[in-house]
Amino acid sequence: MSEFFTVSVLVATLASGIRLATPYLFAALGETVGQRSGVLNLGVDGVMLLGAFFAHWTALETGNLWLAVLVGLATGLVMGGIYALITLYFKAEQGISGIGIFLFGLGFSDLMFEVKIGSPKFTKQLPDVDIPFLADIPEIGELFSQSLLTYGAFIMVPAVALLLRRTTFGMNVRAVGENPQAADSLGVSVNRVRLTTILIGNSMAGVAGAALVLEAKVFQPNLTQGLGFIAVALVYFGAWRPLYVMAGALLYGLVQATVIRWKVLDIISREFSDIAAMAPAVLTVVALIVLAGRVQAPSALTKPFERH
Amino acid sequence: MSNTTPKLWRLLAILLALVLVAAACGDDDDAADTSGDDTSGDDTSGDDTDDGDMADDELTVALVAPSAVDDVAFTQSMVDALDALGIEPQVTPGTFVIEEAATALRGYAEDGVDVIIAHGTQYGGSLEEIAPDFPETTFIWGTATETKGLDNVFAYFPAADQGGYVNGIIAGALTESGTIGVVGPVEAGDAVAYIDGFKNGAEASGATEVSIVYTGSFGDVALAAETATAHIANGADILTGSAQMVVGAVGVASGEGVPWFGTQANQTELDPEIVVASQVYHWEVVLDDMLELREAGTLGGEVFGLTLENGGLVIEYNEAFDLDPEIKAAADAAIAGIIDGSVSTGV
Repeated sequence: MSEFFTVSVLVATLASGIRLATPYLFAALGETVGQRSGVLNLGVDGVMLLGAFFAHWTALETGNLWLAVLVGLATGLVMGGIYALITLYFKAEQGISGIGIFLFGLGFSDLMFEVKIGSPKFTKQLPDVDIPFLADIPEIGELFSQSLLTYGAFIMVPAVALLLRRTTFGMNVRAVGENPQAADSLGVSVNRVRLTTILIGNSMAGVAGAALVLEAKVFQPNLTQGLGFIAVALVYFGAWRPLYVMAGALLYGLVQATVIRWKVLDIISREFSDIAAMAPAVLTVVALIVLAGRVQAPSALTKPFERH
Repeated sequence: MSNTTPKLWRLLAILLALVLVAAACGDDDDAADTSGDDTSGDDTSGDDTDDGDMADDELTVALVAPSAVDDVAFTQSMVDALDALGIEPQVTPGTFVIEEAATALRGYAEDGVDVIIAHGTQYGGSLEEIAPDFPETTFIWGTATETKGLDNVFAYFPAADQGGYVNGIIAGALTESGTIGVVGPVEAGDAVAYIDGFKNGAEASGATEVSIVYTGSFGDVALAAETATAHIANGADILTGSAQMVVGAVGVASGEGVPWFGTQANQTELDPEIVVASQVYHWEVVLDDMLELREAGTLGGEVFGLTLENGGLVIEYNEAFDLDPEIKAAADAAIAGIIDGSVSTGV
């Protein structure tokens, strides 16, 4: 155990945890915005898969990684449009619709991969960018040498918090999520607000997929392995507050990174290897049980808006 | 909403549908180009419901497998084997979820397919329920070392420790730091045999530490990549791994210039600069025997193993990798020793 508690190993583990947390953070922040307006999207994982595939395909075809990120975002926007159509216009039940989006994303990304790419192929990786001065600090400089997408994910935390707390749009989002009838009576267009939050949430899910695939440099079917569902759970974990959502994403990533590091250092014996692999998921479930009843979800979450 | 809004929605819906259809049905030539010379995916995934172009006109064959047909690992090894036999099966790939696999297996049986390959250890429970309902159908199941007492089930397994040992012999000779990293999936099946054989071979050949990590997932590419990164940070200068998620680890090895050893399928195409050698499963060796038995009237009840001796396991060297002839000779000697019984893999 002592070899784990060296500065270099701890910093490397922390850096790994931050990398692993990045896609969770993008997806969970986007889902937070949607849920604060009363829209649950269980299709995050499917949107991530589609964002990941189209970003990967773009990177393979053009070699332009930033164009790939944009394509991931655009894919999320398209899926957001579809989800808005289903839930706002047709007023379909959100939970079932989200699962439909997930299944579509899972199947369509698989199909597209088979048709357009076929076998695993590597792209370039987004380069790490050093934060001046901080990256030069001995021992801990590695923490400040991450990809721009990772920085972007963490910058989104205060940005989303400010959006929700300090802007008129954010006030409308919260009002629509708590009492859409009242918001509507005050002249707020509930569907327009929800359309916007759905587009924001899905585009961030698309970027999350792009971040995942560009870090791994390779796509394969079901790349996310349910990551999008964890992101939805992190929104509950974070009580719909961006800062707490970030804490949840970081915790999840750090537990994953710590388990890996402990296995490499043989701190976790082989007999407990598979049990240890479940640690992040178990932690999330335990946290959700502990938090159940202590946090208040947006009152209108999952409820379609009907003007009376 | 205003009166014009529903029309806009409809227009948007139509446009989105058109975009999706256009994307799905796009340029087939590109698909052929990007898949390169690997014809297995084109042969098997495109026409799942076709009758197939069977080498043997009398038997129809279907394959249910957990990952993509071009995964450069477990599923591809079976697809390549069927291709080698001239069999074009109906395929249901990507059935990580056992219930989906069970539905596919039962569906093929109900459709009257003669031989159904359940390519995954995890499908055993489903087969126990399904196979007795279709006594005229032959089910081929692996990797497994038993038929669960079913007369219409053949089982197959690779003695993956053998190729693992040989890869380990090479890796132990190549490492300069003495530390080698292994990225495993769930601790089960042929992955365990390969990894244990690899460890024993590497230690017999000079490695001082073989660090084994089972990520707990067959498909988590990101976790495999982080595991490889952690191995390298821990001093590993050689990496190997098993199962379809290893592409994430190969990506890290590729970026760091760390030599990689493959198993299940030839993984040289992933990065010809770093892949040293791959243990390749040639399932056609045992599939051929099973199909002959089926034609002769034996529907199942036997277990078949891939070994270096019967040619079901082959160590395929990457000719582009500059491997010291002495090390290659040591590996070839290990292969010969395993075949004649003078070398034990210790597994």
